[in-house]
Parts: sequence; structure tokens; C-alpha cells
Amino acid sequence: MLRAMGERALAGVRVCDLSGQLAGAGATRFLAAFGAEVIRVEDPVRRGGWDILRGGRPYVDERRGPELGGAFNNHNVGKLGVTIDLRSSRGRDLFARMVAVSDVVTENFAAGVLAGLGFPYERLREINPTVIYVSNSGFGHAGPYAHYKSWGPIVQALSGLTATSGLAGHPPAGWGFSYMDHMGANFMAIAVLAALVHRNRTGEGQWVDLAMTEVGLALTGPALLDATLHGRPMRGEGLPDSNRSESPAMAPHGVYPARGDDCWVAIACRDDADWHALAAVIGDEWAWDGRFDSLAGRRASEGELDHHLADWTRTRDRHESAAIIRRAGVPAEAVQRPSDRIDNDADNAAWGLWPSVRHPQIGEVRVDGLPLHLSRTDWHMATGAPMLGQHNREVFCDLLGIDEDEVADLHDAGVV
Amino acid sequence: MTGPLSGVRVVELASERAAFAGKLLGDLGADVIVVEPSGGHRTRTYAPLSQDDPEQSLWWWHYNTSKRGVTLDLDDHAARATFRRLCERADVVLEAEEPARLAALGIDYDDLRDAAPRLVWVSVTAFGRSGPRAHDPATDLTLLASGGAVWSCGYDDHNLPPVRGGGNQAFHVASTYALLGALTALLHRDRSGTGQRVDVNANAAINVSTELATYEWLVGGLEVQRQTGRHASVLPSLETTVAAADGRLVNTGVPPRSGTAFRSLSQWLDELGLRDEFPEAFFLDLGAQRAVITSAEIAEDPEVMAIYGAGREALTFIASRLAAYDFFIGAQERGLPTGIVYTPDEAFADPHIVARRFPTPVEHADIARVVRYPGAPYRFSRSPWAISRP
Repeated sequence: MLRAMGERALAGVRVCDLSGQLAGAGATRFLAAFGAEVIRVEDPVRRGGWDILRGGRPYVDERRGPELGGAFNNHNVGKLGVTIDLRSSRGRDLFARMVAVSDVVTENFAAGVLAGLGFPYERLREINPTVIYVSNSGFGHAGPYAHYKSWGPIVQALSGLTATSGLAGHPPAGWGFSYMDHMGANFMAIAVLAALVHRNRTGEGQWVDLAMTEVGLALTGPALLDATLHGRPMRGEGLPDSNRSESPAMAPHGVYPARGDDCWVAIACRDDADWHALAAVIGDEWAWDGRFDSLAGRRASEGELDHHLADWTRTRDRHESAAIIRRAGVPAEAVQRPSDRIDNDADNAAWGLWPSVRHPQIGEVRVDGLPLHLSRTDWHMATGAPMLGQHNREVFCDLLGIDEDEVADLHDAGVV
Repeated sequence: MTGPLSGVRVVELASERAAFAGKLLGDLGADVIVVEPSGGHRTRTYAPLSQDDPEQSLWWWHYNTSKRGVTLDLDDHAARATFRRLCERADVVLEAEEPARLAALGIDYDDLRDAAPRLVWVSVTAFGRSGPRAHDPATDLTLLASGGAVWSCGYDDHNLPPVRGGGNQAFHVASTYALLGALTALLHRDRSGTGQRVDVNANAAINVSTELATYEWLVGGLEVQRQTGRHASVLPSLETTVAAADGRLVNTGVPPRSGTAFRSLSQWLDELGLRDEFPEAFFLDLGAQRAVITSAEIAEDPEVMAIYGAGREALTFIASRLAAYDFFIGAQERGLPTGIVYTPDEAFADPHIVARRFPTPVEHADIARVVRYPGAPYRFSRSPWAISRP
């Protein structure tokens, strides 16, 4: 992380950021880590409460309050924070001045909210002809559900990701977290960066309308083509069965019990060679059953194969069995708990995956790092999330050139 | 091509791990040239197949839209020289080879950067290019297991194994970071004139894509526990994926927090004539008297906690009395965010998705069929996303 810290890849890019939660804040977090100046705009009236993570769990200690939420801090590292009441005309004037000096405006309100506050894309473009406006909502800004609202799990349900995750003979398990908030954030950041590439080459700004349900559907992959091309049903007996692998076809492939309470190991044989290597590790007679020699044979008897394999893994430590299998060249991993992968994983530590940042009230705390390193202009995280209005003076006076008395007056009037 | 990356040339070495990144680049208008060995890359054989034809993999189709293809056997000296020339004329190289393979062949980034100083080189590996585990084998399943996603997915009954979410998402996550890295380095290159290497670690990508499982531990030292159809959590929470009256599943979302939402919920109970069957309606009316309840209040104030719980219970109760689609539409029309559990093909046929023309027809001349693909994950007003070729 200390590589080439002096030079920032996205230096000079300014983002006027109305986005929040994870699906929005996660996008601008990435940009800030690479040196973009991200100015998060929050509502002074609701004390930033539109973002339900502000002040929400987890906490470092017994203290509670809008500045002490661990999730909010995680998703807003490296950003500046200002407060503007967009319901007031003075607040809207102030916001317009920010738009005028920004490269990008981002938000993830429900569709129509920003327009309702007086800032549809047409108005943003009037203020700043080359501005890039990226809106991220559940359903996009057009269509019958445009005014509907969503959260990550709702997007997962509506896009098919919930229904395709689970064990045969059971209802869908879905995703036990807001996977789509992460992916919505990543696609939103991709949209910002691609639009910047386009603007730098053509001088044109634009509006990018991102609909989370469509991002989710874009992640359902080849199985959807199978359904649309062949009418192959995606609902029915034995579905979903996502610990097995259809595409590509693999067997054995699953999550098997290990020694200890709620301990599991994942094993995947990509081909016959992997299977024969695994059979040699196991060394039991059943593993040499000729029916298991081919992929077709293993899939035809997959239940029996899984049963045998589970009996072998059940008596062994998950880390040890995974390591033995991997040494034979076969993919296998313990199902890692948070404590395993965060505090006891040398590989993640060597990567610098959990950097510490400093927050004025929370103190020193570790956050998610990024899973990529750039050889010349790598990411950097040092400061936590902004407190409400923490950078009002810096942004309004130093950047916008408003004098201190006027900012004090805006503050007294409740505009900031 | 009209997309925002029009004019950007990408050389992609065919792979399972980064094919999606190449597709995203191509659909954004980059000129993507995918390089395969002369026998074809092994992903051309991946199920599902088109009409059982072993040479027509839907996996290959899906992940290789908007790309041109060439064949080069990189073990061959002349082919390597061609590969070098291709790279020297490219803006981005995208590869997911095992670490050290390209270096051994003399065609890694370090071998080319003097001749192509503006090149952005993106490597997508399972564990990073140089870490202690750089050479460990991995698949989508094992990455999701080591990276922590599997721990959070599954059922209340912990005798059942935890679950890998469907759809080979580990590669999707890694591919989004490949794209983020490529575009970040490209913007820097356009300004500075100098390219660089982007080292994407798929296992790390999953590790930082598990939401609260990670920061409950980082911040509070607590571990989440998996639950059926909802967030793995430190504290057990009420079900959110519940059955509607027609047996289909719905998602009741995040419970209401605004006074307006509590008022809507209370009125909806009245409209359905169900108030008497739901005694907690009292708390909804208390909620309706407040502007908003915050996370901090829910954690501290028992009355607010009861209001919050009643919101969740009311949605579950109403869902049990309506068909799934009617519940979804009825709640959303009242400003209450909820969803219906669709399979992907059902989602593809939803009136909203159809009205937005998300299903994108692609002509496959070889089988004389028009196949509908997933469409744009983002709508660029000036430089539209498009599948430029099958």
C-alpha cells in the first residue's frame, strides 16, 4: 500500500456524491481510494439519517450515535463530508455551485428524488455542460416500476440470484448478505470511470442510469440463455442445487462436513485428473470404484459419491484436509469464518487486505481494503468516514470561495 | 461501436476467470481481441450447450459477446512474436494465466513494458501474482469458501452445509475489479502517458465483498451466523423471505423506518380488513406519529424496537394473505420496498424488465436463431452499451 503513494491515479477527479448505504457509497469509496476528491453531501435536517448505516452497528465500544457506526465508516473512508439542506433555496444554490466545479455527480436515491429536489439531469447539464451524472436505483429511471424502491436482498430476489442459491430439497437459501450492494457499487464505479474515459476523449458528459435489478440479471449467466433458448425450466424439483456445478460440469463438487461444530470444507474436482488425485489422497477402496472414473459416471452416482466423501472429511480438520487435497493439485478450501480469514490468513495479511483508518470519534479501526494492486499508483486508505458537515468550511470557503461569515450564516439558518 | 470505451483496444487471453471482464469491456465499446489456442479454449466445451451441440457452448456465447477472436499457440515462437505485436498495439492486456506461466514464455508484462510503456496490463489470479498462495488451485466454489461468502449463506439449521450462491459469482466479482483496475489505470495513463500492471486477487475480492460478515468482525470482534433466506447476523433476526398466499416466496426487505411508511402499512391493513387479526397494529400507529426512527434509536429504545419489529411482522402477515405478485406490487405502490423471488427466466419476463427492453436480441447466424441475452447493466445516454457481435 505504500507503493507510489505520491501519485494518485484519479487525482483531479472531483465527485459531488449524494450516494449512500453500500450500493452507492461503495462506488465512491473505490474512487476515493485511488485519489479522487469525493465530497459526500448529507442532509443536515435528518442528520444524515437517510443512510441507514449512519450510526448503525457494528460498534467499537458502548458508545452510540450518528458518528459511531462501523459500517458507515467502512463504506466512506477517504471522503470529505458536507451538509446541505436541498429543500431550501439557499441550499440548492450552494449545491449548484458544487455541481459547477465537479466532474461527476453520483446518487442512489429512488428514481425521481433528485429531480424532485430541482436537479434533473437537464438542470445539472445546464450548470455544468460536461458533467457526468450517474444514478443508481433499484429499477432505473424509466419503466412501470421506476418509482419503486429496493434494498440489496430485494434486488437479489427480483433478479433471480436468490432463487438460484440453495440445496436440493430445500427452499432457496439465497445470499446471506447484500451481495448486490457490492456488485451494484462496483458497476456504478465502472460507469463513472467509463464515462470519464469517454469525456476525456470527446469532451462530452452524459447521464448513466443504472438499475440494480438489471445488474443482478446480468450476473445470472449462461443458465439464463439455456432457459430462453431451450425453454429449460429454472424452477422445479431438485432446484436450486448450487453447491453442485452444472456449468462447467464437475463432480465431486460441494461443501462437506469437517470435524468440529459447524465446520465445513469445500472440494471441487475440475476433471478426471483431479478426481484421480483426490482418490489417491483418500486411498479407500470406494474411491477406486470404476463407476467414478469418468465425469459422466461420477455425476450419475453423485449422491453416493458425496456420501462417501463426507464420511472421509467428517473426521478430519477442515484446514488440514483442504491443505492435503490442495497439495495433490485439487481445489479445496476450508469454509472460512470471519475470524479465520481476517485474523488467521497469512495470504490476506500479506496482501494488506485490512488497512487501519483513523476516525475522529471511533478512533483507529480496520476496514475492507481493495483486492487489486496497481504497480505505479496504488490505492491508499488512511482516514475514516467524514463526520456530519466535517468539511463544510474547507469545501464551502476554500473550494467554492464563499466567505466565512456567509457560511456561519448558512449554518445558523440550518441550511448546512 | 458506440460505447464509452470506443477506441480502446484490448487483447484478452481466453480464460474462465476473466472472460466476464472481457465481455464488460467489449459491451462498453472496446475493441476486444480474444486469443485462444488453435484447438479452442476449454471454456468452449462448458455446459450448458446449444441444442446439445458440443461445439456450441452457451457459456462461451454468454461470456464472449462483443469480441473478435484469433488463435495463437503461445508455446510456439512465431506465435509469441505475433502476440507481442498485438500487445504493443493495445491499450489493455487482460489475462488470467497461472502466475509465472507468461514470464516463463518471455511474454509477461515485464518483458513488454519497455516496448509498450503506455500499456495497461491486467492480471486476474486466484490469490494474487506473488503471495504465499499464488500457485494454489481454485474454482468458483473454493474461492467463495475461502473468501467468506459461503460462511454467510445457507439455512437456520446448521446441520445443513452452508451454500455457495449460484452463477459462478467469484469470477464475476473478480472481473468487476479487473475492469475497475483497467479503467483506473487507463485514466491515469491518458494523463501521465505511462501504463502499469494491475494485479487482481480473486480470493481477496470475495473477502471484501461479504458486507457485514467482515466488519462485524473487524469492528466488534463478532461473527455472523447464517440464517435461511436472509442476512447472516450476529443477533438472530426475523425471516424476510416468506411464503405468500399462493405459495410463492416474497422478500419483505428492510422494515419501514419512516412515519409515512408506518401510516401506509396501517392503512393497508385497514383496506384489506385485516386490522383485527394483527394486534401489533398499535405499534404501527405509534410509528406513524414519528418522523423517522434511526438505527441508533432501534438499538437503544425498547419502544422503537417494538415499532420496528411490528413493521416487519405486518409485512410478513400481509404477504401470507396475498398472492406474491400482488403483495409485491401492493407494497411498492404504497412506498414499501419489497420483492418477489423470481427465477432468472421469470425476472426476464417481468413487465418492467420487458418494458425497459432489457432482454437483448442477438442474431446467431450459425443456428439461424435470435437468442435473447441479458442486456445493459447501465444505460449511457450518449455512448450506449451494446452487444456488437455474438
